Amino acid sequence: MSTATLEVPATRRSRPFAWAEQSLTLAWRNIVRIRQNPEALADVTIQPIIFLLLFLFVFGGAIAGGGTWHDYLPYLLPGVLVQSVVFSTLGTGVALNEDFAKGVFDRFRSLPIARVAPLIGAVLGDAVRYLTSIVILMTAGFLLGFRFENGVGNGLLACLVVLLFALSLCWVWVWLGLKLKTAQGVQGIAFLVMFPLTFGSNIFVQTTTLPGFLQSWTKVNPVTYLVDTMRGLMIGGDVQKPLLITLAWMVGLVAVFAPLAIRAYRRRT
Amino acid sequence: MSTTNQVAISAEGLVKKYGSTTALDGVDLTVPTGTVLGVLGPNGAGKTTAVRILGTLLRPDAGHAEVGGYDVVREAPRVREIIGLTGQYASVDEDMSGRRNLVMIGRLLGLPRDQSKTRADQLLERFELTDAGDRIAKTYSGGMRRRLDLAASLVGNPSILYLDEPTTGLDPHARNGVWDTIRNLVLDGTTVLLTTQYLEEADALADSIMVFDKGKVVAEGRPSELKAQAGKQSLDVRPAEPGHLERVAAIVSEAVGTRPTVDVVNALVSVPVSDGTSMPVVVRRLDEAGIAVTELSLRLPSLDEVFLALTGHAAQEQSIAVLEGASR
Ligand SMILES: Nc1ncnc2c1ncn2[C@@H]1O[C@H](COP(=O)(O)OP(=O)(O)OP(=O)(O)O)[C@@H](O)[C@H]1O
Ligand SMILES: [Mg+2]
Repeated sequence: MSTATLEVPATRRSRPFAWAEQSLTLAWRNIVRIRQNPEALADVTIQPIIFLLLFLFVFGGAIAGGGTWHDYLPYLLPGVLVQSVVFSTLGTGVALNEDFAKGVFDRFRSLPIARVAPLIGAVLGDAVRYLTSIVILMTAGFLLGFRFENGVGNGLLACLVVLLFALSLCWVWVWLGLKLKTAQGVQGIAFLVMFPLTFGSNIFVQTTTLPGFLQSWTKVNPVTYLVDTMRGLMIGGDVQKPLLITLAWMVGLVAVFAPLAIRAYRRRT
Repeated sequence: MSTTNQVAISAEGLVKKYGSTTALDGVDLTVPTGTVLGVLGPNGAGKTTAVRILGTLLRPDAGHAEVGGYDVVREAPRVREIIGLTGQYASVDEDMSGRRNLVMIGRLLGLPRDQSKTRADQLLERFELTDAGDRIAKTYSGGMRRRLDLAASLVGNPSILYLDEPTTGLDPHARNGVWDTIRNLVLDGTTVLLTTQYLEEADALADSIMVFDKGKVVAEGRPSELKAQAGKQSLDVRPAEPGHLERVAAIVSEAVGTRPTVDVVNALVSVPVSDGTSMPVVVRRLDEAGIAVTELSLRLPSLDEVFLALTGHAAQEQSIAVLEGASR
């Protein structure tokens, strides 16, 4: 057993990248949990597929004007990809909130680990969920006839951009997940955030078809620029400007919401 | 490093308010290194609040506390290096196996992978969870979860350990196991602060006891001191024939000068006395009346009686409430 001294055990003496190791350990925890509860992956597997098929076959003909769903697919797929990844960031907030309610975080908060580690761990662990959603949708897209018309390299780059965007946006949910009392509360606010972000954008339709007030919103909405970037990289079009705006949004989201989340984590009792 | 090696935990004037509820209302406490402090109190007395403040999970609204010489607010990261905390509600990850829970904590504490695994195995064994070690914790019984939680707080070999109702919901065998573990840790020099609803537990483990009520410390001292503080000794007489209860009560009443309480269920007559002088009188009168007794004793009050005397309400209803809570 241990010695009686109050010395810090040698193994715990501060190591320079301890916070990174701790974050990875906690990310591993989240991945183990996903393996344990595969049904929790429904929101990144079945849901996106349903959305894709719904828009493609039900609205596809109408939205594509004279064309068929074949003509709509290249336009729609990058959009649905963004939509489902944006939606799955919500799960990060809900899961964090539930973890807190169960008391697991009491354990983490009483351990001598970096304050950011549980949060970064949650975000990194969820990268697996976002990646699942991307892989599932791209596979479905390819089966339906979608091709990277702008080269495979650019297509994969597009997938990376949307993944990074999700990892930035999810800090909003991390913050809300810590700030709100219950998981229901987090879910309740989801519509307030998600609908303007996704439907008030160019995910499904060209923004020129929208009424004036919505058009002004889409010009601010980062999702519009992300979708433009994705389409540019996947099927061709202007990339540089939307990519820069998207990157700026990503930096902004992390710069604002990561510190807010860490503060909420410290304050939460 | 710490300046005070004699005092492991000290707190002065701790106050914590939740809205209009005052959970802690100026608590002072001192725990010498290597000793066990038992914190007793009814539901809502503020025990958990105190533990959470000393465990750096909660900031006090007023007052300050030092653990191992470090301030719990300003030097919280230092405090976390030396403490282990088992909260009132198990904080294990239900979606992982017991072993993975422990390995994860070892890894978080910076132990290499193989050492984390060895440590996990040791602790699983000590808490008799080896067989269940690879099962997902969701499938554990309440008592197994508590034991896993306890194991989790020991991964880092803490020198100061907080245990918030560590044996609530454990069966007698598991409770004895936890008691033994606590005693062994103390032998190794660990300082323990434990809260409990069981007076018997505090009596068995603690070097000193504090009784909380409504956020205040209403009594403190060694178990024997507390019993003495409640004052009177008690003279108990149990007639061999339950039918003699009333006659015994009359004899005792006459000899002592106070009306005794008659416990019909246990066939026991007891009366508070200030000393043992009335004992021979009672014996003689009983003998003259030809009444046989199976028990005649002079004893210090039980901690339950102390509890009643100090808080003005019985401890019993509290423990019953907890048992009911645990069985839900
Ligand atoms: N998060 C909270 N929000 C509001 N009130 C709280 C909170 N936590 C505790 N309280 C209140 O503070 C008081 C002290 O609670 P605490 O949990 O410290 O009691 P306790 O002695 O541990 O009780 P028990 O034996 O039931 O565990 C109670 O009145 C409780 O209702
Ligand atoms: Mg409590």
